[in-house]
Amino acid sequence: MSLWSFANPAKFMKVTAPLVPALSGLSLLLLVIGLVWGFFFTPDDYRQGSTVKIFYLHVPAAMMAINAWGAMLLGSLIWLIRRHHVSALVAKAAAPVGVTMTLIALLTGAIWGQPMWGTWWAWDPRLTSFLILFLFYLGYMALWTAIDDPDTAADLTSILCLVGSVFAVLSRYAVNFWNQGLHQGASLSLDKEKNVADIFFYPVLVTMAGFVLLFLALVLVRTRTEIRLRRLHALQLRERMA
Amino acid sequence: MSALVLRDLALAFRSGGGFGLALAFFLIVTVLVPFGIGPESGRLALVAPGILWMGALLSCLLSLDRLFALDREDGTLELLATAPVPLEGVAAAKALAHWLTTGLPLTLAAPALGILLNLPAAGYWPIFVSLLIGTPALSLIGTFGAALTVGLKRGGLLLSLLVLPLYIPTLIFGAEVARRGAEGLAAGAALLLLGAITAGCLALAPLAAAAALRINMR
Amino acid sequence: MPDLGKYAFEVTAAYAGSFALLGAIVFASWSRSRKARRDLAAAEGRRRNG
Repeated sequence: MSLWSFANPAKFMKVTAPLVPALSGLSLLLLVIGLVWGFFFTPDDYRQGSTVKIFYLHVPAAMMAINAWGAMLLGSLIWLIRRHHVSALVAKAAAPVGVTMTLIALLTGAIWGQPMWGTWWAWDPRLTSFLILFLFYLGYMALWTAIDDPDTAADLTSILCLVGSVFAVLSRYAVNFWNQGLHQGASLSLDKEKNVADIFFYPVLVTMAGFVLLFLALVLVRTRTEIRLRRLHALQLRERMA
Repeated sequence: MSALVLRDLALAFRSGGGFGLALAFFLIVTVLVPFGIGPESGRLALVAPGILWMGALLSCLLSLDRLFALDREDGTLELLATAPVPLEGVAAAKALAHWLTTGLPLTLAAPALGILLNLPAAGYWPIFVSLLIGTPALSLIGTFGAALTVGLKRGGLLLSLLVLPLYIPTLIFGAEVARRGAEGLAAGAALLLLGAITAGCLALAPLAAAAALRINMR
Repeated sequence: MPDLGKYAFEVTAAYAGSFALLGAIVFASWSRSRKARRDLAAAEGRRRNG
């Protein structure tokens, strides 16, 4: 059995049916553990005070905002190369989740920035890049809703996703060139000696895992909905013909 | 392909609207700016390079939705698809024609409009060069956007939503060249990056546009 | 409730806003899924019963 057998919608529905409750339950558990741990049982930062608690939401949301676009890119590529409908629908399903994550990252960032930097918004490279990412999500979703024929929509949005990815990366570096920022460098990376203190790091790790699972659960639910709607559409067409 | 470019140019000149419209729009935007931010010459000089770039970018956007739409309506696009010229070539020719009718006139007009915005004398050459190098990228990306939305009845607004985010890197580097030039700073690095974007778009945008056209004509 | 100090409002607002957004996407996905499942079941039923 190969990975591609999941490209069969019926098989996909069968396999993912038990996955949805499992993933949602596990994600909820991890989110509760991570957020309770972070909110109640970690000390305040000596400079940021209690606002450090915002990071248990901000960092995972920002990470998923980018990963959701990655999932869309992967789904689009598989659709363009192998023509599996499920992968195009996964890409379609990931976009609204990704846009929500982007909004959470922007919102929590703005609320944190107000007391720390003294402003809700600054045209800092990271902030600007996220705003641009938000615009790319909007365009992608608008194109999906604008086209009636499902295969044409899948094709065109996939191409837009590919081109958009190139330009999103390009914008990231262009924005860096354009303005030096306020935002600190990456706070979590494996190859760096100076990371955030462990006491903040472990709860963030837990909420990150929770966000990943939440993303997977939401994308699965949405993909299953899309598959059902396709089937429903086909049945309705048949009824009208008869 | 040259026949295609000539045909598009002829159409743009004859129908009267297409050619002058972008220029007129550019002029109006420039005239409106002082009403919006006040007539003080110092302030105008400060924002002039950015406003000129924004104006050129929006004027470019204005004529994009007609790039393929008319040919699609009268069936020319289907003929072009079966012609011996590959669809990539058609897309490139369309982009070239679009640039010749909008990007090039805008580039030539920009220094003159700079006078209205009190652009410092040192800024004329940079705004001209940056637009000359940057506007082809705008036309090429726009061709891709127009190819994506050619099948839609009301694609105009969607086209802006799709194309404007793609314009961001070009705008950043283009406006940076113009601004640094006007302030007498070295603008070489930004100019090279702007050229790199245009060259990259020249290589890739016709491919993407042709792929989108093929899907839309299935 | 831990003492949030002078940033109590910011922290609470960030959590409330994030939960609201997460709740919105979860609810939207769930209600759409439920509607699709119901409609599809109805259509399959019609097909089977003629």
